[in-house]
Amino acid sequence: MLDTVFFYFFALLTLGGAVLTITRRNAIHSAVSLIVSLIGVAGLFLLQRAEFLFAVQIVLYVGGIMVLFLFVIMLVNLDDAARVAQFNKQWWLALACVVAVGGELAYFVSRGSDAFRLGEATAAAPDKAGNVERIADVLFSQYLLPFEVASVLLLAAVVGSVLMAKRKV
Amino acid sequence: MHPITTLHYLVLSVALLAIGTIGVLTRRNIVIILMSIELILNAVNINLIAFSRHFNNVNGQVFAIFVITVAVAEAAVGLGILIALFRNKETVQADEIEILKW
Repeated sequence: MLDTVFFYFFALLTLGGAVLTITRRNAIHSAVSLIVSLIGVAGLFLLQRAEFLFAVQIVLYVGGIMVLFLFVIMLVNLDDAARVAQFNKQWWLALACVVAVGGELAYFVSRGSDAFRLGEATAAAPDKAGNVERIADVLFSQYLLPFEVASVLLLAAVVGSVLMAKRKV
Repeated sequence: MHPITTLHYLVLSVALLAIGTIGVLTRRNIVIILMSIELILNAVNINLIAFSRHFNNVNGQVFAIFVITVAVAEAAVGLGILIALFRNKETVQADEIEILKW
């Protein structure tokens, strides 16, 4: 019962924030709406018993990426951009394609729900270890190599973004 | 009210993916296009977490961590490119950058 109420509350936050993000004229309003949407997604993670990802979502997305976005919005002059047309000329074609693909996905999800038995979740085994411990067990044994490769990716991203933003190389 | 199932999360994920795709395809402002890409990646994460819970398997959450890592790298590099672009072209409209267009 309480689960249902919270699911619809967080779903409303997520989708409402997302719609506002892509329709606002002012980029700062978009960024604040995106923060609302990301917090809604974090709440959904918590409802799905993914406590570690809930914390990561808040700290990394809301605390990290969104601050980066707001800094860039203030570095780049967006006053002219707010005055011109916000949508490009092919918007009707894009909308038609998205409606077609979205309809297809919804159709297949609804048809495939019997095959996957999407209704009921498997009975949760009583796990003694917490969520963070279970993630760490898998991440540092089975996925150790991808974990190390991800650190190389982040290093490349740091060097690349500093190089891009520098005035003179 | 009936209980929330995995299907609810999948439908929500499809809706968020559609909104993000509309944003990428129709907006002209590059900053908002980058934000829409974040929306799409979040839709993917909702899907991964929903199936992780459905099958009681933590691998989906580990994969979501990798998705978030790539999203962070993409946002940092994308915003760096945006700053370089604005310094050279003085515009943030995606359809005004057309040197490579025939």
